[in-house]
Amino acid sequence: MKSNSESKDTVVGFLLALVLTAVPFLAVLYKLGSREAITAVIAASAIVQILVHLRFFLGIRLRKSAPENLYPLLFAVVLLVIMVGGTLWVMANMSYRMGH
Amino acid sequence: MTTEVSREDNLPNEAEFGFWLYLMSDAILFGLIFATYVVMVNNTAGGPTGDDLFSLNNLTIQTVLLLTSTLTIALGHQAAVSKNAGSAIFWLVVTCVLGAGFLAFELRELNDMVAREAGPGRSGFLTSFFTLVGTHGLHVTAGLLWALTMIAQLAIKGPTPPVASRLLRLTLFWHFLDIVWIGVFSVIYLPGLMG
Repeated sequence: MKSNSESKDTVVGFLLALVLTAVPFLAVLYKLGSREAITAVIAASAIVQILVHLRFFLGIRLRKSAPENLYPLLFAVVLLVIMVGGTLWVMANMSYRMGH
Repeated sequence: MTTEVSREDNLPNEAEFGFWLYLMSDAILFGLIFATYVVMVNNTAGGPTGDDLFSLNNLTIQTVLLLTSTLTIALGHQAAVSKNAGSAIFWLVVTCVLGAGFLAFELRELNDMVAREAGPGRSGFLTSFFTLVGTHGLHVTAGLLWALTMIAQLAIKGPTPPVASRLLRLTLFWHFLDIVWIGVFSVIYLPGLMG
């Protein structure tokens, strides 16, 4: 029974991932909209697809997963936000001050 | 953890948790290489840009191969859990073929770039590009070797609980690499192809 719902999850996740991959690829291929609009579509599809993978392939569920699996994930997200966000912020600021 | 569960029964869970910690640290490694790439992307030093080098066809083939392999490895793990070694081996072989195809297209692309004098030494942009794509490719190569090992274990030992537990960790690893690939095409290739 558990295996049944698992294979259903896998197939649903795969189909969602296909759609979420096709959307940004087609947007770039046919140049649907301005550069900013396409960038927004790429970013949104990527974030949603990552959540789909976490939910349907890695089986992460906020209410059902064991907290000892969720805490490292949340900790990694916090570290990534600080380090990646901080890097981009500082370097963009520096680039601006250098007059580029 | 309840007292009636022996330590032996808990080992797969502990191993899975430890592997999960490794994956999170790997996610941070990739995140920082992504940050480096975004900082360096405009430093082309008069050399080629992403628009000159990337091919949407190549990218589409690679993406479909890797995404399909993430489906087939999940099916392989589920077959091993339901004690069906033959079916598990079949799906793992399909996964290996898809993964090897992905790597072949990646190597061809990187080779072409080096041949066109757009190797990692050409500019800051290309250094960070090769670092990120290369690190992902090395992970896929490691996953491929691991998958071949699991095929051998399934054939020799059968779908025993320790083998199924190793296969579960390989499946997590493979799904993780596909998540990183979402970042690769969304941060590197698609923005690059927009010019």
